[in-house]
Amino acid sequence: MNDRRIWWFFIVPCMLVALAVVMSLAAVFQYSFREFIPGSLDTGGFTLENFYNIGRPLYFLVILDTLLISLLTAIFCLLLSYPVAYALVRTEAEWLRALLVILSITPLFTGEIVRTYAWMLVLGSDGFVNSILMALGIVSAPVQFMYTKFGVIVALVHFSMPVMIILLATAISHVNRDYEKAAANLGAAPLVVFWRVTVPLTMPGIVASTVVIFAWTMSAFATPQLIGGGKVLMISNLVYLQGLSSFNFPVAAVLSAVAFIAAVGSLALVQPFVTRLERRVAQQ
Amino acid sequence: MGKFLFWTLVVAILIFLTIPAVVVIMSSVNPTETLAFPPKGFSLHWYARAFSYDDFRTSFYSGLIVTFFASTIASVIGVAAAYVTHRYAFRGRRLLEFLLAAPLIIPRFTTGFGFLLVGAGLGINNGYTIVIVTHVVLVLPFVTRSVYVSLVNVDRSLERSAANLGASPINVLLRITLPLLTPGIVGGWIIAAILSFTEFTASLYVTSYATQTLPVAMYTYVREYTDPTIAAISALLIITTTLGMFIVDRTLGLKRVLAIESH
Repeated sequence: MNDRRIWWFFIVPCMLVALAVVMSLAAVFQYSFREFIPGSLDTGGFTLENFYNIGRPLYFLVILDTLLISLLTAIFCLLLSYPVAYALVRTEAEWLRALLVILSITPLFTGEIVRTYAWMLVLGSDGFVNSILMALGIVSAPVQFMYTKFGVIVALVHFSMPVMIILLATAISHVNRDYEKAAANLGAAPLVVFWRVTVPLTMPGIVASTVVIFAWTMSAFATPQLIGGGKVLMISNLVYLQGLSSFNFPVAAVLSAVAFIAAVGSLALVQPFVTRLERRVAQQ
Repeated sequence: MGKFLFWTLVVAILIFLTIPAVVVIMSSVNPTETLAFPPKGFSLHWYARAFSYDDFRTSFYSGLIVTFFASTIASVIGVAAAYVTHRYAFRGRRLLEFLLAAPLIIPRFTTGFGFLLVGAGLGINNGYTIVIVTHVVLVLPFVTRSVYVSLVNVDRSLERSAANLGASPINVLLRITLPLLTPGIVGGWIIAAILSFTEFTASLYVTSYATQTLPVAMYTYVREYTDPTIAAISALLIITTTLGMFIVDRTLGLKRVLAIESH
């Protein structure tokens, strides 16, 4: 069945897609070394100035903020997703399992615009949360959630959680249930089994998923754009501003390249660590 | 006791995940322009407005065109990608796997902006081609994953028997392997179609006014108006997607399509 003709027939479309990916990245990197000519979409000659530019506080602080917001989001995602992923994998009742999968994964498929708009309704000053808080007399004036880092992170956690749940559920489903049962039979309380058996065995998955979510969160655009409203900026918002409003393609390209390097770089950095963890788990 | 606490926690987290959708559906049938909780009545006014708004109608059709071509092309390539990476050892396989999966971790706006630049270079930024290519790149990893899981589960002895009975490799592929992969391909196609139809960030860069997809038109609307017309469209998208997920789960198994199951 290892027919060479089939291989050729199948490899060609795959290579075309790979080529498209490479071309889009090459275009970004190529533009990041070009000189910006104000008022024109054409670019000038080779320059390193764009890279100096992003060192200016205006850009640099946004890059730091992006990393911080993405990191916090990834950590909250981990804490909130693990219980759901665990329930999803370990539930035996079929209806409950189906309900858990659908409720936790569907938000991923409704798209960023729908979800961001939904969070504007939830967090707005006359929104859902404030209506409840005021009706219950907990606060007398609306609490400001919109245009704050807190609001952006809440919505981003929701943005990234479905993916985190998929990744963690995959990791948990690889854990052999017999280990958990053996520990329980030896008299360990459920919580002890969870902390001493399940969590250590899924540690490679936990680390890898958290980094993937860190990278995934950097992709968010509509959430910081609409919930942050210009007060909370991420790299994605600057790329949009520079690329599609000011038509400064070179600066937009540098910022896109920085986000790409941060995303792929963080995964590459953590990979050896994950491999070591995997080896340690395999030995146990 | 521990079990009770655990499930209380899970339910609380699920409420966090679900509440935005519920709030959207509530405000979509709220008669007044400003939000009110609880709603002050029931009205389909915003749905009527959503359907009569030209930009939403045209972008809905543009979206269908892009979605149909992107998810279909991605499904064909997804089969090819899953098959070559699972069945063949060749130089550069790891690199190919990495490049095809990379759009999952490359920021969406980097991909979108990159294809905007490529499209500008080729002078095709006003057409559907660049939008469809971008969407194929973005949804391909999901289809490949779904087909790959099906491929791992294919009983190789069926292929060997057919080959022993004299079927050519191409016949084995067409008559035995591909039919066995159908659930994975269909599941992947549906997931790809939903993701493509709701894709926003990259689409913002590669669409023009003539080719804008529904999420792009929705974004433009949200920035200009504050009335709940968007809530009506969002509610429809939420309900359709949930139904779609439900059907995929009943017929193909969502865990399998999303490759959550290990075996």
